[in-house]
Amino acid sequence: MSRLRQSMPGIAIIVLLIAAWWLTVTTTRSVIFPTPWQVVTGTIELIRDGTLWQHIGASLGRVGVGFALAVAVAVPLGLWMGWMRGAYDTLNPLFQILRPISPIAWIPIAILWFGVGNASPIYLIFISSVFPMIVQTVAGVHTIENRYLRAAENFGVSRYKLFTQVVIPAVLPQIIVGMRIGLGVAWLVVVAAEMIALRSGLGYLIIDSRNAGNRYDLVIAGMIIIGLIGLLLDGLMRGLEGLKIVRWRYAH
Amino acid sequence: MPIKIDVAGLRKGFATDQGMLGVVDDVSLQVEDGEFIAIVGPSGCGKSTLMRMIAGFIPPDSGRVAIDGAVRTQPGPQGILISQHGSVFPWLTVQENLMFGLNGGQSTSEKVAIANHYADIVGLKGFEGSYPHELSGGMLKRVEIARALAVKPAILYMDEPFSALDALMSLRMRNELLKILGRERHTVLLITHDVEEAIHLADRVMVLSPRPTRIQATFEVRMPHPRRLTSPEVQQLRVAILKELGVASDDDPS
Repeated sequence: MSRLRQSMPGIAIIVLLIAAWWLTVTTTRSVIFPTPWQVVTGTIELIRDGTLWQHIGASLGRVGVGFALAVAVAVPLGLWMGWMRGAYDTLNPLFQILRPISPIAWIPIAILWFGVGNASPIYLIFISSVFPMIVQTVAGVHTIENRYLRAAENFGVSRYKLFTQVVIPAVLPQIIVGMRIGLGVAWLVVVAAEMIALRSGLGYLIIDSRNAGNRYDLVIAGMIIIGLIGLLLDGLMRGLEGLKIVRWRYAH
Repeated sequence: MPIKIDVAGLRKGFATDQGMLGVVDDVSLQVEDGEFIAIVGPSGCGKSTLMRMIAGFIPPDSGRVAIDGAVRTQPGPQGILISQHGSVFPWLTVQENLMFGLNGGQSTSEKVAIANHYADIVGLKGFEGSYPHELSGGMLKRVEIARALAVKPAILYMDEPFSALDALMSLRMRNELLKILGRERHTVLLITHDVEEAIHLADRVMVLSPRPTRIQATFEVRMPHPRRLTSPEVQQLRVAILKELGVASDDDPS
């Protein structure tokens, strides 16, 4: 009941915005900008002919593959860089230069290297989400409290046990934060990448709807669906924070 | 009694902007096997640095530490350090924490049995599956002590172990520690700023001087356990130690 009450203002502002949008479109008698209802009917149209699921599936598939590759690279690399001073000193300057380059800037090179198939957006997703995850993992290792490492040293544990029972569990909450950031960026990037080279995906849906007859109802439908799926993905990642093995980090 | 810990001529300084800062200045002491030594000193005098050197965590500038006659330069499970802020792993359950130090050839079921035994000893029966954030400060301290005891260390290094607890819990933990030590003999080196705690627990109390620190005086505590903290002998000793620390005054009610 209180949760419902808590979400009331959030819902109210959205309803208000939709009402203002509707009012504006009808009073200005815009011929090109759709009303909210036209967006709903447009969406139903996309659901009926099945293209919506194809586009969502294509976008999610690319994000899934690119993001999984990024996790597989960033976590071990981040742990290694965090633990080995030399690895950090060697790689960190390079990564700090690569990190601020917008993934959009990589598009020409991605097309040159990987063509206009699925490999290009997957590469862009990888490159955009791998750096934040490396940074978070490294920071996680660097902030392990000394008293825990000292205790592990005191008990004379093996290197394997040091990593599996001290270092990795200590860093895991930070890794999850990195994954949340990484997946958010990946979802941003896939839409941008699909606008340019591909014939499927939610990004393509938006661009194609505009090019093929100014279907702005479908443009806005695509945008809203992107937002909702992004919210869902973030919720999924937030769910990881509730795992028993990291709950210590959020308890007082 | 054979000598367990032999500390000879330990010195340590740290480089600062103003030059070398001497922290520990020529400390020598010997601890017999099974003896309980308390080292008291003013805060900031270098107590923790001294303890970490003796336990092998930081190397001295000069001097040496020998355990059972062999010079030691590394920490190890023969001597477990218990410090003020504790180092119970928050991501492991109580039982997993207690099993952490068991790296011998024991089977998992043997390790579980050992962990449960020590959980029982420190009064944590029923909390084996709990995570540290679900426990109180006193219970966390018990986990820390039980985890140390589980590896059967010859020596316990205790660096202000109870100073983060409230007075009542601190007193209770002292009594429990004495009970445990009555059952399992360990050599204990305790560092504290609490004179009463030192007298309550130790066979000998050593008083450190301000930085750079050295041992200024040693007091034997010749009272059998359990000690009555209100007894005149304890009070007399307390005044004498405080005087040595330069804080006792004539109007001290005791």
